[in-house]
Amino acid sequence: MRAIAEGLFTDEVPPRLIGGRDKVTGRIVFPCPPGADFEPLPLGRQGTLWSYTVQRYRPKSPPYAGPEAFAPWAVAYVELPGEAIVEARLTDVDLDTIRIGMPLELALIPLDPGAADPVLTHAFRPVDPEMAASA
Amino acid sequence: MSDVCIIGIGIHPFGRTDGLSGLDQGVFAVREALGDAGLDWRDVQFAYGGSDAAGNPDTMVERLGLTGIQFINVKNGCAAGGSALSSAQMAIKSGAFEIGLAVGFDKHPRGAFNALPAEYNLPEWYGDAGYMITTQFFGAKIMRYMHEYGISPETLGRVSEKAFRNAVHAPHAWRREPVALDVIMDAPLVSDPYTKYMFCSPAEGGVALILASEKKARELGKPLIRLKAAAMRTRPAGSFEVFAPSIDIKRGGSATRIASADAFRLAGIGPDDIAVAQLQDTEAGAEVMHMAENGFCQDGDQEQWLAEGLTEIGGSLPVNTDGGCLACGEPIGASGLRQVYENVVQLRGDGGGRQVPGNPKTAYSHVYGAPGVSAVTILER
Repeated sequence: MRAIAEGLFTDEVPPRLIGGRDKVTGRIVFPCPPGADFEPLPLGRQGTLWSYTVQRYRPKSPPYAGPEAFAPWAVAYVELPGEAIVEARLTDVDLDTIRIGMPLELALIPLDPGAADPVLTHAFRPVDPEMAASA
Repeated sequence: MSDVCIIGIGIHPFGRTDGLSGLDQGVFAVREALGDAGLDWRDVQFAYGGSDAAGNPDTMVERLGLTGIQFINVKNGCAAGGSALSSAQMAIKSGAFEIGLAVGFDKHPRGAFNALPAEYNLPEWYGDAGYMITTQFFGAKIMRYMHEYGISPETLGRVSEKAFRNAVHAPHAWRREPVALDVIMDAPLVSDPYTKYMFCSPAEGGVALILASEKKARELGKPLIRLKAAAMRTRPAGSFEVFAPSIDIKRGGSATRIASADAFRLAGIGPDDIAVAQLQDTEAGAEVMHMAENGFCQDGDQEQWLAEGLTEIGGSLPVNTDGGCLACGEPIGASGLRQVYENVVQLRGDGGGRQVPGNPKTAYSHVYGAPGVSAVTILER
């Protein structure tokens, strides 16, 4: 499977998001902006839920390139400690159990699981707190 | 320095008007404002016009008269109307002109705004993956705010309930039927925690304001509605804006906070001195957050304010007396000027069933839009 775009996450297993660090101020953003002002910086895999909402209707196409079939999904802002608060879908989660502050880890998911050659996009999934503590 | 005064107001009803272009609705509003001021188009020396999706405002000279007038188009997102007004005020304050027009109109297709990544300097994947959705931002922003400051979903519902109730008495509003709180709360979710009654819709409409120097307003024998402040500002570092693939760990202020502080400084008064306020309410939580961002209460106080009805027409600070964006819809170019129109109505005592009691002498308006722009005005009678 291919990434939805070049330069968003590393080739490692498991992967990390690639942010950008401002060479002057040290400010960290995602994704890494083009140009010479930012240097690429792999971000931490784990964070906590800063805020979220649920996308309850299918977005218009274009620009949305996901499947015609629609099921609601959670859109989150995930705080990666000391780095940035990153926007991402949540995956492997019951929409009724989402709580601000819950621990999360990066996952890559297909944008259209039914496609012949689906593209991968970034998401976060809940971490078992005990697993997170021993990781 | 002497003040700039608003001497004429006109509005084309908001909502959906099949068969009339956005420009038509702008021209309608200008003619109403001229009639209200008792002036002819030839008396108007300059104009600033805002429209986001309904064509270039200056083309209305074809309809109003080819007088050779200076006419500058303003495109500044949701702050277009406020920016037009701010610019018009400065043109008169500079001494270059004595009578001018600020006009805004728009006509948007039905349904949610359809934004494309390239328009916002964002990569294509951001749209492909389904993030180019304004309601996602609104939902995520209020979720965090509710978590930090203890705001309940019912408070969001009360904002919408108030909007539709006030709009019953506003002839220019779009949705003028009351909606019960339980209907609002039980309606389908659009983007959690917001139900469909908690978002405004893109719409149509036009608003025109005729401005004059204080000297000219006195010559014309007009009641002096003074534009004490018109401030337009952009975002500071660390703000949270629509279409953000990431935001800073170090949280900062907002365009609203600095525009508001600047407007109060210019007017020489404070939030406690304001008798009526129109605050940007593209979604119910926006009104809640903007109550605090504009300095009217502390973060978290809104829970009690809404429960006690302090922002109702008869409350200590009536907010969105014509139903705001929630009931009027949002034609982007006209929306900010609608707020000022409503404030002039209130200061003149012409609000009818929605009139704020007690002879209000000060009125405040606030717009906020993408990506982090805000315009604030303060009127005094």
